[in-house]
Parts: sequence; C-alpha cells; structure tokens
Amino acid sequence: MSLSLIRTVLLTAFSFCSAARSLSTSVHLQAQGNVSGVMLTCEKWKMPIPFSQYNSKSKKTLAKPGVKNIVLVDGVRTPFLQSGTTYADLMPHDLARAALQGLLNRTGLPKDAVDYIVYGTVIQEVKTSNVAREAALGAGFSDKTPAHTVTMACISSNQAMTTAVGLIAAGQCDAVVAGGVEFMSDVPIRHSRKMRKTMLSLNKAKTLGARLSLLGSIRLAHLSPELPAVAEFSTAETMGHSADRLAAAFGVSRLEQDEFALRSHTLAKKAQDGGMLSDVISFKVPGRDIVSKDNGIRPATMEQLAKLKPAFIKPHGTVTAANSSFLTDGASAVLIMSEEKALAMGYKPKAYLRDFVYVSQDPKDQLLLGPTYATPKVLEKSGLTLNDIDVFEFHEAFAGQIMANLKAMESDWFAQTYMGRKTKVGAPPMEKFNTWGGSLSLGHPFAATGCRLVTTVAHRLQKEGGQYGLVAACAAGGQGHAMVIEAYPQ
Amino acid sequence: GGGSLLCLSLSAARTHVSYEVKDNVAVVRINDPTSKVNTLSRHMQAEMVEVMNEIWGNAAVKSVVLISRKPGCFIAGADINMIQACKTAEEVTSLSQEGQKIFDQVEKSPIPIVAAINGSCLGGGLEFAIACQYRIATKSKKTILGTPEVMLGLLPGAGGTQRLPKMVGLPAAFDMMLTGKNIRPDKAKKMGLVHQLVDPLGPGLKSPEERTIEYLEEVAVDFAKGLAGKKVTVEKKKGLVQKIQDFVMGLPPVRKQIYKTVHSKVMKQSKGLYPAPLKIIECIQTGIEKGNAAGYLTESQNFGKLAMTSESRALIGLYHGQVTCKKNHFGKPERDVKKLAVLGAGLMGAGIAQVTIDKGVATILKDTTEEGLARGHQQVYKGLNDKTKKKSLTTFERDGIMSLLSGQLDYRDFENADMVIEAVFEDLSIKHKVVKEVEAVIPPHCIFATNTSALPIKDIAAASKRPEKVIGMHYFSPVDKMQLLEIITTNKTSKDTTASAVAVGLKQGKVIIVVGDGPGFYTTRCLAPMLAEAVRALQEGVGPKKLDSLTTGFGFPVGAATLADEVGIDVAAHVAEDLGKAFGTRFGGGNVEVLKMMVQKGFKGRKSGKGCYVYGAKSKEKKVNSGAEDILKSFKLTAPPAVSADEDIQYRLVSRFVNEAVLCLQEGILPDPVQGDIGAVFGLGFPPCLGGPFRFVDSHGADKLVQKMKRFEEAYGNQFTPCQLLLDHAKDSSKRFHK
Repeated sequence: MSLSLIRTVLLTAFSFCSAARSLSTSVHLQAQGNVSGVMLTCEKWKMPIPFSQYNSKSKKTLAKPGVKNIVLVDGVRTPFLQSGTTYADLMPHDLARAALQGLLNRTGLPKDAVDYIVYGTVIQEVKTSNVAREAALGAGFSDKTPAHTVTMACISSNQAMTTAVGLIAAGQCDAVVAGGVEFMSDVPIRHSRKMRKTMLSLNKAKTLGARLSLLGSIRLAHLSPELPAVAEFSTAETMGHSADRLAAAFGVSRLEQDEFALRSHTLAKKAQDGGMLSDVISFKVPGRDIVSKDNGIRPATMEQLAKLKPAFIKPHGTVTAANSSFLTDGASAVLIMSEEKALAMGYKPKAYLRDFVYVSQDPKDQLLLGPTYATPKVLEKSGLTLNDIDVFEFHEAFAGQIMANLKAMESDWFAQTYMGRKTKVGAPPMEKFNTWGGSLSLGHPFAATGCRLVTTVAHRLQKEGGQYGLVAACAAGGQGHAMVIEAYPQ
Repeated sequence: GGGSLLCLSLSAARTHVSYEVKDNVAVVRINDPTSKVNTLSRHMQAEMVEVMNEIWGNAAVKSVVLISRKPGCFIAGADINMIQACKTAEEVTSLSQEGQKIFDQVEKSPIPIVAAINGSCLGGGLEFAIACQYRIATKSKKTILGTPEVMLGLLPGAGGTQRLPKMVGLPAAFDMMLTGKNIRPDKAKKMGLVHQLVDPLGPGLKSPEERTIEYLEEVAVDFAKGLAGKKVTVEKKKGLVQKIQDFVMGLPPVRKQIYKTVHSKVMKQSKGLYPAPLKIIECIQTGIEKGNAAGYLTESQNFGKLAMTSESRALIGLYHGQVTCKKNHFGKPERDVKKLAVLGAGLMGAGIAQVTIDKGVATILKDTTEEGLARGHQQVYKGLNDKTKKKSLTTFERDGIMSLLSGQLDYRDFENADMVIEAVFEDLSIKHKVVKEVEAVIPPHCIFATNTSALPIKDIAAASKRPEKVIGMHYFSPVDKMQLLEIITTNKTSKDTTASAVAVGLKQGKVIIVVGDGPGFYTTRCLAPMLAEAVRALQEGVGPKKLDSLTTGFGFPVGAATLADEVGIDVAAHVAEDLGKAFGTRFGGGNVEVLKMMVQKGFKGRKSGKGCYVYGAKSKEKKVNSGAEDILKSFKLTAPPAVSADEDIQYRLVSRFVNEAVLCLQEGILPDPVQGDIGAVFGLGFPPCLGGPFRFVDSHGADKLVQKMKRFEEAYGNQFTPCQLLLDHAKDSSKRFHK
C-alpha cells in the first residue's frame, strides 16, 4: 500500500465520515492482514468524536489554525534496569529493537506504514553509530524505511520526538516512530590517543623494521585507557558535581534532597504496584528471563538515606548516590502521527503534542536549570499559565537539581536577574508533579527518558482527566527542553 | 542563643570586625569599610583582639569561624602605610612583635578557629590564617595565598617565617617566601596549606559572590562544629613521600646543605643587591636550628631592619607607583572600545591582539601577506595555548578567546572599529600611507593609535584629517609579558582620546604612563644614550659578557648586550640614528656604524639568530658572536683609563640613562617622577632595587651623581653634561623627587 494512496483515502475519510469507516478498514485489512487489529480499530472508530466538538471541559484546545494536529498514538518502553543487571550482555540496538517491537505489538502498526524512524542515544556504541537503522532493521521494519539517530544528551529522545513532529508538520511524513536508547552496562573504552596513533601508523608501516620501531615506541603509560565520563567536555566538571553546586547555590539542603528522592521512590512503587506504568512492555532477554518491571525502585527510610556519604563533593557535599538518578539501561519508543493519519488508520490517539521549546544556558553554573528556562517560554507560546497545567512530568536528574529548579521558578529575583523576565513563572504544585515517580526511582537511560516523560503525561492525563500536561527536562551542555501536551478527547 | 544577644550589643561600636554566635560557633566577620581590601591595620588588629577576647571569655562558644565579608579578599596583608609611618627599625620590630603575639594567642586558642578564605589571603593575612587551627578556601579564581613581602623588600614578620616551614616543609616554605609567588587553592591543598576546598557557586537566589561567601561560611561552621566535637581531626595522615621527606629534613647535615644551596641560589639571582631574601633564610634557619624563641626574635628584628633599607623603600615606592599607574586619570571615555583593529601581525601586533582578545574584546588582526598573518595568528594561539598547559586557561576558554580574533588581509569590518592600533614597519612614509588608508574606512569616532617606539606622534599625525584622534601607544616586547604601556599624546590629542587609550591599556592589564610627544618620548629616549654608551664600551674592548655582568651586577635584570639583541640591533640602529639626528652629539658615544655594519652582516639580534651573541644552539652557555667581535675590533677605541674602571663603566651607563630621564621631567615630556620611575623599571628593566631613576637620584644623592658625571664629562664631553634640574637637586640636598 503506497503512502499516497493512504493519504488520498484519508482525505476522503475526513470529508465523508460515514464512508471513511469502510475505507479505512479496508486499508488496514490490506496493509496488516491482522484481523484482531482491524477489529480493534473498527471498534474504536465506532465512536468518532470530531475534535471541533470537544468541549467537555472549560479549557480551550490548543489547536492552531493552519497548523497540523500531531498526535501521540502510543508509547512504550522496555523495563528500565540498573546497568550491569539483566541486560548486561546485550548491545544498545538490542534494547532499541525490543522497544520498537513492543511498539509494533502494542499498536498493531503495519511495519511498512511508518515513513521514518528517529532514535536518540547519548553514549554511542561505535559499531552501531546509527543505532536507529540497526534497531529498525532488526525489528523487522521495512528496509525501505529510513532511520537516523540524534543526540542531545538527556533530551535526545525529546529531540527525536520533535524531529518527528517537524517532519509531519512540514508535510513530509505522516507516521514517524521516535525513541531513544541508552546502554550503560557497556560503554566504549578507548585506547589512549598516543596508543591509537601508534596503532594507526602500524597499519601504514610497510617494513618489518618500521613496525618494530613503532611497537618499540609504546610505553606503559600509553596502555592506560580513556574512560568516558558523565562530565561536561567544556568545563570538565562531572554532572553530579555541578548538581551539588547548583543545590548549594539555591540553598537546597541534604534533607530536602533526601525527602524528594524518597518521594520519588515511594510514588514509583505505588505506581508500579497499582499497574500505572502501562508503558512498560515485557522483554524476553536472550539467554535470560522475561523482564517486565523496572528494578531500580527502592523506597528506603530517611535514616538509611541520611547515612550515605556525598558522592561528588567530599566531604561536605549534599548529592549522594541515593538522591541522584542511577546508571540505567533501557529503551523507549513512541508512535507519532498526524491526527488525520491516525484517525484514518483507525487509531484512538492518546494526546496531542503541542508547542515545544529548546533552551540553553551557561554549561558551568546553570548546567541543570533547563526546566526553569524552558517552562515559562513554552507556556507563553501556548498562551497558558502554570495554573492551567494538570500534569507535570519533569526529568529528575538529581533531587537537588529538581529542588533548585523549583526554587528558581519560584523566585522573582532569579527571573528578573538571569532570565530577563518581569516575574517568576511559579513552581508546579507537588500534587501534580511526577506523581508516578521519576528518573530518580524509575531510572534514567539518558536518551530513553524523554519518551517516557511524554507517554507518562499522556497516560496521567487520561487517568486523571486533565487536559494539559507539561514535560520539562535538563540536559548536559546546559540545554533544556519543554513541551506542552494536550489530552486527546476521550 | 543568649550569647549572640550579648555580642550584638557590644559590637555596636566596632566597624571592622563583627561576630555572631550560631549554634556555639562564633562567626567572626571582617570588613574594612574604608577600603576595597582588608588589611591588618592598627584599627583592624585592635578590634580583632577585642573580639577574640570576648569570644574566649564566652564559655558557650565552642569554636570560631573567621571569614571576610568582602567578595574578593580575605586579608590582603599588613597595612603598608603603617610600616612606612615608622621612623626607626625598633618601631617596626615592635609592630612585628605585636603581630607575633596576637597570632601566638590564635595558635594557642583553647577552642578551634577555622579560617574561611575567599579571595586574596596574602602576607599578614596568610600568617593569620596559618595561625588558625583549620583552613578552608574557595576554589575561586580570586583566591590566592602567598607571602609577597619579599617583593616589597620585607619578610613575613608575624610568625610566617616560623610557621610556614613546619606546615609545608622547608623547600616549599623557601619557595613561597623567597619568590613571593601566589598559590592557587588546588596547589595550596596539595601542599597542606589548607585543609578543605569549597567550590564557588553560580547563580542561585542571590548573586554568586554573595552566596559563595554564605556557603563558605556554612561549610566552615560545619567543620568548626566537627572540630569542637572531635569529629574532624586536624592531623592529616602523612603519605610515604611525606614521611621520607620529614625524615630526610630531620637530618642536620641535609638541612645545612639546603641552607647553603638556597643561599647561593639567592646570591646568584639577586647579585646580593636585595637584602630581604637573605634575611628570610636567616629567620627560617634560626627558628629551625635554635628554636622558637630565637626564631621569632630574629624575625621581628630582621623585619625592623629591612623596613629601614633603601631597597625596601624603593620596592614599596614601585608598588605605590604601580597602583597609581593602574588608574585612569583622564576620566571615563565617551565610548567603550568594543572592537579593536591591529595593523601588522608581527611580534608587536600579534602581542597586542593577544592581550586584547583575552580580555574579551573582539579584535581584527590585519596584515598584508598571508604568511605574516599566519605567523601572527600562530603567535597568539601559542601564547594562549601555553596558558592551557599551565592550567591557567582551559582549552575551551582558549577556543572562546581565539574566536574573538579575526585575521584578515583587507579592511573588511573596519567601519565598526572603535580603535585602530598600527604596528607596521617604523618608517614615516609607510605610517603616513597607513593613516590615509585607515581613515578612509574607519568611522568618525574611531581612534588611531600608533605603536611606534621612536617616531614623533605629531609627525605621524601630520597625515591625519583628525589629529585629535591620533595618539601613541608604545608597547614593549613581548607584549604579553611586559607590563608597561607608554601612551604618548600630542598637543592636538583630545582628552577623550587619551582616556580611551588608557582605558584600553588598563583592560589589557597594563601599567600605564602617559607622556608628552617628542623624539623617543620618554622610554626610548632614556634607553638610547645608555645603549650608545654600551656600544662605546664594546668598542673600547669591554666584551659583551663583561658588559652584561656589569649591568646585571648593577641590578638590571638583563645585561646591556643581551638587551640590544632582544630589542633588535636593527631597531637599535634605527633609533640611534633617528635620535642622534634629533638630539645631536649628546646622543653620541658609540659609533652608529657599528650597529649598521652588524645589521648588514645579518646580526640583527635574537630574532635573526645572531647579534652580540649566537642563538639557537641549545647549550646553556651563550656564545659571543665572533663576527660581531670582528666588527667591534675594526671600530676599536682606546679606553681612557681614568673612567674605565668597572664601577665607572656602570655609572657611565646609568648616569646617561638617569640624566636623560631627569631632562624629560625638566622638559615636561614626563608629567611626574612616579611615572618616570614606573616607566624605567617596568619598560626598560631599570634596577627595581633602586626604585627607578628618580628614586635613585634621591637615594644616591644628586650631588654625588653630578660629581661622577663631571668626571666623565671631562673624558667624553657633552654626553655627560648634567641637565639643569639635576644640577638644581645637586645644589640643594633638600630637593627630592619623592617626598
């Protein structure tokens, strides 16, 4: 089934609502050959609610004239596991493939219905530098579906999603899969530069003498490897160190950080036990068991948390292993479509993806303040205030970083002095904030977190009956991102 | 609780030192309201003693934190004026003993005292800190620790010579006290000078500076509590290296050898012209070999003696002069220079570009050839990259700085330049051509500065349509190392143009003198007669090595022959000829043809590999250039025996320099003796221990100098005729250049 035909069909479907049903059904039948999938979409299609009629709540829709409505059809993720555990022997593309297959299973999406795949990753496995393509091929996507990999530190999959949004908004694609993968159980450890240079010269050395003299030039010191660090290249400061300084700058105490960390784990546990984390798919790990749960959620007591020594600034720092996100393996994927396409394919979308922004600031002293800068900007774009938001999902890199952002957002002085704004944006109310846990407890596979945040907002909006959600995250390089998400009428 | 109420009521009258008690920790805050920096003035000391006695008398207080409220300064040192006000060595000795007593009490404090250091912690400030039981310093770029007293011809006189060796070991203590160098926080921690480091903070709910001090205080209070509760121990576990070093240092013969080595090293470097380093060695040695009491006594007595030496006065004079010359006395310019253009990417041009971009000012570096530009660009890059190797700059900072440099061959973007500094070849017709070309492209407000070392600015300005915007900015090579900038104004230069040039120079980190226009201005004019005399001495058969040792023996950091090579024989020939034309036989002495012949043979100095010496070979011993020797032989003069003793040669060189300096003041080229001294020392290497030509006349005696000059005058003529102002000072000994 060619794309253009689907598009034609879709247009027809829109103008003639009754006719659309049979048409779209036939499309699915042909495309998928999957009876249950057809049945499901047919069922859904029985209750069409044109979005123009949607007005159950007093709040307005954020649809803009002349701008395509873009929807999140669904999102999934592999369980997020502490690195070095069950996923230890995999490779990044294995995890990414699992997420992609999970998305296919969950949505019943015909593999060739996808126009494009964008995937995020931070620490690149050199063998699979375009991990998007390797994973897509392995997941059985058509080899005619192009795929590229993006990287933007902890907001890599946010970048993947907004790339998808851009492709659809520009009219170049109708259905894009976006996602992200991070695999910290194995990272590229390189030979030292001097050693690499010798080895490369060795390839070119023609005579035995030349080779021997090159080998003879190797010194013991050349053998010490280069380890990747979670440190800023520009400042050489590790992120935890920066987080500790940020917490100190905003006067965030150790107690506040431990309390927030405990809150994250407690809420995550509750959400896990209550079956809220429906984005998690089960994954049969080759040679191992089926994994179906995140394994980093560990509610402890305040006393236990208080015992830990600072991990970065010693001995007087406040950031510890327990109030920081841990090294995690995991992958996520979402299906993003134009609303027309989704409806035409018989989907019931979960949410609209609306305005988004990227921000950046000083990578030294404001490394992790992305949410503070991004939030007022994206709200302004959408014509909303903080009070309009029903669901907040912020990336929890460190408890201290979250608390510092909340304090910054609550400060007129900060807004005026550093952001050039007249007033503060305000801090989100905690009852709406990361209520199903966050990166601190669920885990933080760098490039997979963005999709988790967006999917969680969509699910929480559905569960809680809210209309607007806000995603915000910080990232290495002093960058940040925020996106407004609108519930799809139920 | 109750304690803090009590202290609030008592401290109401105090202005420099205050304290509050938090959780049984007394936080003592120092802040001199009358100055940008805290110094240990009498006032500060008196309040400190009062406060400490109150704290020690308060049983509720279990520990103390000592912190400054000034963002960039803990305590910058003792109050120099307090020392200068003393009339006798005994007075200064008793000052020292008072300081020793206070810090002794601090050291023996029954409760732990934590020094929380942010910003400069120097001299007396460091001595205070090391008397405390614990030290925490911020890693701020402004935080530096050191004992700079030696640079003022003094020594750490409040126990520093006694405590430092015990704290950091003998070699490190010698290094600190004999060089006076600043120690950065990381190094200080490694040396054991501080116990903990605190990171500076970025923006939060308060300004970074304010919050960093608060944070430092919070951390220090925690440690103070820990020390009081014995949860924190002061003693660090010693590593193996440390243990071995301690053992070795415990052996008297080893120590003796160290004293001997250090002594001979000091003698070699200072030529015995500086008494302070020798006294420092004596203090340290006495303390270690004869015990505390003897050590402290020697320290206070030597401190008193040093304060009365002419060397210390000279060095302190230079310190004050430097402070004066780091200010803009011409007001705030109407416009900030945001974009600078430098013409000519040679040694000078590239150097100027480097010191401009590294202060964040966008700079165009224009040359006429690609090769010239590439060489200049590489010079700037290397200058910055060397800083990354020394870790004073990160590679990222280097790249960011380099991005401000625009190397180009055309006049693109000159329409946005606020100032142009030309550093093209020293030839009036080329300079005129450049003035016209540049004025065709720059905006009306743009200043045209010329970096010439001898051509009168008014002659260059003659080609300008807007002479009020033309000014001389004479930099010294290498620009990134030499501190001096000589600014030359013509009678047409506007005040705003001068203000702007000074502002740019200050931004570039320069010490600035502003002088009047004339051939050679001030610095070149002083140097030229001395170099002419040096050439004469060479012609008379004094070899380059001998000449160098005579000049360095007088206190010049670089010998006269080496200096000529550094400046460039071609430049020296050029200057000698130009100034010879302008000033006539008075600037004679050596034959200019010697220099010209050397240039002809390619002996242009260091840059060409050969001058008076041969360069390039890696051997330590500098070799005299036999080619140059041959030339000198062909111009051989007979030395008049009456004025050719070693000391005579030294004074022939120096008196011509000094006489010309005084004449510059007499003629109004120099506005005052302070700038004269600063220019001579920072630009030409006039012996710092003499404090500059004017202070030298004061301390040596104008009459004695005139007597010597008359003797030389008899042998050589008008080159040694003292100027009127010098004669006036010789006649009336109450006349002094410095009060």
